[in-house]
Amino acid sequence: MLRARILENKLSSLYKAGKIVGGVYLGRGQEAVSAALGSALIPGTDFFAPLIRDQAGRTAFGEPMLDCTRTYLGSVQGPMRGRDGNIHRGRPKSGMPVMISHLGSQVSVVAGMLFAKRLQGTLDGRVGATCIGDGASSTGAFHEGLNIAAVEKLPLVVIIANNQFAYSTPNHRQFACADLVEKARGYGIGGMTVDGTDLLACASVITEAIHRARAGQGPQMVVARLLRLSGHGEHDDGFYVPGDLRQGHYGRDCVEVAMLQLVENGIATVDEIFEWQEQFAEEVQRAVAQAQQEEPPDPYHEDWTALSTRFPLPHHPPATQSFFP
Amino acid sequence: MSVTYIDAIRAAQETLLREDSRVFLYGQDIATFGGAFKATKGLAEMFPNRVFDSPISEDAMIGLAVGAAIEGMRPIIEMQFADFSSVAFNQIVNQAATHFYRTGMPIPITVRLPSGGTPGSGPFHSQSMEGIYAQYPGLVVLTPASVSDAYHMLIDAVALDDPVIFCEHKFLYRWLKAKSINGDHLPIGQARIIRPGKHATVVAYSAMVHEAVRAADRLQQDGWEIEVVDLRSVKPLDIDTVLASVARTGRLLAVGEAFPWGGVTAEVVSRVTEEGFHLLDAPPQRLNARDTPVPYHPKLWAAHRPTPESICQALRKLLAF
Repeated sequence: MLRARILENKLSSLYKAGKIVGGVYLGRGQEAVSAALGSALIPGTDFFAPLIRDQAGRTAFGEPMLDCTRTYLGSVQGPMRGRDGNIHRGRPKSGMPVMISHLGSQVSVVAGMLFAKRLQGTLDGRVGATCIGDGASSTGAFHEGLNIAAVEKLPLVVIIANNQFAYSTPNHRQFACADLVEKARGYGIGGMTVDGTDLLACASVITEAIHRARAGQGPQMVVARLLRLSGHGEHDDGFYVPGDLRQGHYGRDCVEVAMLQLVENGIATVDEIFEWQEQFAEEVQRAVAQAQQEEPPDPYHEDWTALSTRFPLPHHPPATQSFFP
Repeated sequence: MSVTYIDAIRAAQETLLREDSRVFLYGQDIATFGGAFKATKGLAEMFPNRVFDSPISEDAMIGLAVGAAIEGMRPIIEMQFADFSSVAFNQIVNQAATHFYRTGMPIPITVRLPSGGTPGSGPFHSQSMEGIYAQYPGLVVLTPASVSDAYHMLIDAVALDDPVIFCEHKFLYRWLKAKSINGDHLPIGQARIIRPGKHATVVAYSAMVHEAVRAADRLQQDGWEIEVVDLRSVKPLDIDTVLASVARTGRLLAVGEAFPWGGVTAEVVSRVTEEGFHLLDAPPQRLNARDTPVPYHPKLWAAHRPTPESICQALRKLLAF
């Protein structure tokens, strides 16, 4: 999560310096939730469909930092080759599907990846996970996706990071139930809540949810309460977030909370954390510099085709067909 | 023995399930019930754990298919009616259709759309969606008009690595019969001249091919020889075959059952005008459904879509120019 925070601070600077076109979308304040999820998943076995604020989870799941800087900076060597940008990136061949902007859409996609593994007889011990926000929980795609996963009893873990604002829309204009976790009961799936600013609590609850899914208990929902500590994107200063929320419990910075937890529990020393910060800052610098030096896509060498099939297809006249049931 | 269009679609799915372990079927009421039109009758018993009833969740059905395709499967999704695919529109055009361009990994799903009007079906069980899907990059859109094509094009659709929108015409399901499924097995993307002629070209697809042939039969009594081109695949569009036909006849009428604003017929006329203007002896014409929802009452419905009468009328006007 520290690596993600340092990387994203750099992305914000690059955006403000005009070095990134489009937008920059930070996971600031959501690193504890995202990192807890990414760390609890097994790369190469599990599936993870990250969303807009999941830099920490992506990093923990093993996404190379270069995938991020190359995609944001438009290097043709990135996984999206300049054809898509910013957080719209992934490696579907490695269990990390690529998000589309339409919220809730990844829930059923991860369900389908798991469904395929069941048909292939290799589902045992595998889970799939995706993160969404409070806003996405209002979509039809979210509802259909969770319901179909529940009907198929798939080992799907859905983390709802309730950061209290969907872009600028507060919770009370988004849903009318007391807590989003109440929805889990309606789908017939497991539901848990956690303080999303508390890394150790996130690690404990999310690991348990993944354990339950892996053990065959069907889909699991975890609702993490927190506050987005940035705007929707870096073009947005989040003026609409009331001061008392910023000053309140959920306005605390999960990265600072985590550092304290590590030191207080003897997991790391202050010096070690400083060393990490220096090391991660260097990594970020290298990943940015490399992506900046790489070629952008060339419209004159782009093949401009959206299909993998190359038409026209050859004609193979058939032998007489005899089959008919 | 005769084979209907729906028999061919069911048989193609049986063949696919038998020969390709990556194939599974997912859709509403398709397992025990065998599908609203019986296109999967008996397949759930023949292939246990390969044919699944889905909840009424068109969006999630396609999302699930995309995920399964990422992991190496070849799902066939049955939309109960083409009309309901509007609920899955996002997953089809944004998830499935963009995936290859964005990631380099194609999504081999086949979405079966029971399409087009039948008497009494009304505004929400009659739509022709091919033009809408063809508008989006990244989809192959097929509109078989014969029993043989229904069988072979469905087999070929599943073999393609790209997402395919397979528009089956509900009116043809039981009305259209053939002696066998044997045919010329033209590849996907190639149109077929099903009736040669020299005075005008009618470009049609799906059920409108048969209406066009009826119209051509009537005009033949007056000595007109009308060439009918069955597009088979609206995307890719075989404009070469169309242009070659127009080069012979000098006159073009494009006929479709979809709504008139834009769409396949507009694309055909526009491409011929652009690439073959010098071949035309008369302004190219279009004939589509009317610009209203598809009406319920059979009398209104029959007047909403192109008919042999309206096609004849359009052709006479074209021939008189």
